[in-house]
Amino acid sequence: MHELPASQSILEIILRHAEQAHAKRVTDVYLVIGQLATLMDDSIQFYWDIIAEGTPAQGARLHFKRIPAQLQCMVCFEKYSPNVEEIRCPNCDSVGVKVIAGEEFFVEAIDVE
Amino acid sequence: MTQRVSIVENILNANDRLAEENRARIDSAGVFAINIMASPGAGKTSLIEQTLPRLAGQLRVAVVDGDIATSIDADRAAAAGAGAAIQVNTGGECHLDAVMLHGALDQLDLTQFDLLIVENVGNLVCPASFKLGTHKSILVASVPEGDDKPYKYPGMYRGVDALVINKIDLLPYINFRMDYFQRGVEVLNPGLTTFPISCRTGEGLDSWVEWLVKNSRKE
Repeated sequence: MHELPASQSILEIILRHAEQAHAKRVTDVYLVIGQLATLMDDSIQFYWDIIAEGTPAQGARLHFKRIPAQLQCMVCFEKYSPNVEEIRCPNCDSVGVKVIAGEEFFVEAIDVE
Repeated sequence: MTQRVSIVENILNANDRLAEENRARIDSAGVFAINIMASPGAGKTSLIEQTLPRLAGQLRVAVVDGDIATSIDADRAAAAGAGAAIQVNTGGECHLDAVMLHGALDQLDLTQFDLLIVENVGNLVCPASFKLGTHKSILVASVPEGDDKPYKYPGMYRGVDALVINKIDLLPYINFRMDYFQRGVEVLNPGLTTFPISCRTGEGLDSWVEWLVKNSRKE
């Protein structure tokens, strides 16, 4: 959802860092997206190809690193990676959980020339 | 020659940073601010209409209304007794964001109010992802929408601080399994403060109003 504004934010971030690094071209963009973040790789790629045209990031390849969701049970403190259907604690079957990982959405790095 | 530049910058940063700024403004005026979200027609505006008269003499309330078009909701809030009712027309954007609230705050003298109610655009998906800078998020669910919504919209149900279940007067007429609904909520948001109400009959509204007063007095 909102992959177009997300792509625009990504473009703004990387162009700013590319300029600071006095780079002429961005060749690769490394994104980290958590399993629980509601964004589709294909849609980001789709908008990216359109909006990066004419910028130093034109033609840059997007790399998507997906972080699996990790939850922690707030009753027995067991950490686990849930499957989609059932998020109850596999150890004590409680429902009180905290999300430790899986909601990330950031630009990790870029390769520039 | 290729060089790796490390960035590690969050993509929703811009909105979050502005949300923090909004929050600072709200806090410095000692105002309690809530973000009310729901599907279209669940009863956000009706809840505000029923809340405002019950707060008369207790709290001074400002309302910011987000809608794609019209000032229908801000007009209803003003008619119900809001000290100020600001309408934000998003012109197509499906949610309010921190930028829009920032603009609305510019039109308010926050020192004149105790409570700020932000009514988000009717949408059960997108508003959950955009922080505004309010203290608490409230979801208004309604009986006719069905009892499976917590399961289908986990992002929204997980992210809110309180839940209002509206239109409970319709329970005899609708196939709504309250235990199935509440189990869905409990898995995502254990112990979530919940207010079953009917804007039409008035049932349950006193507890909701009490919660607002208690939180407003704390700020």
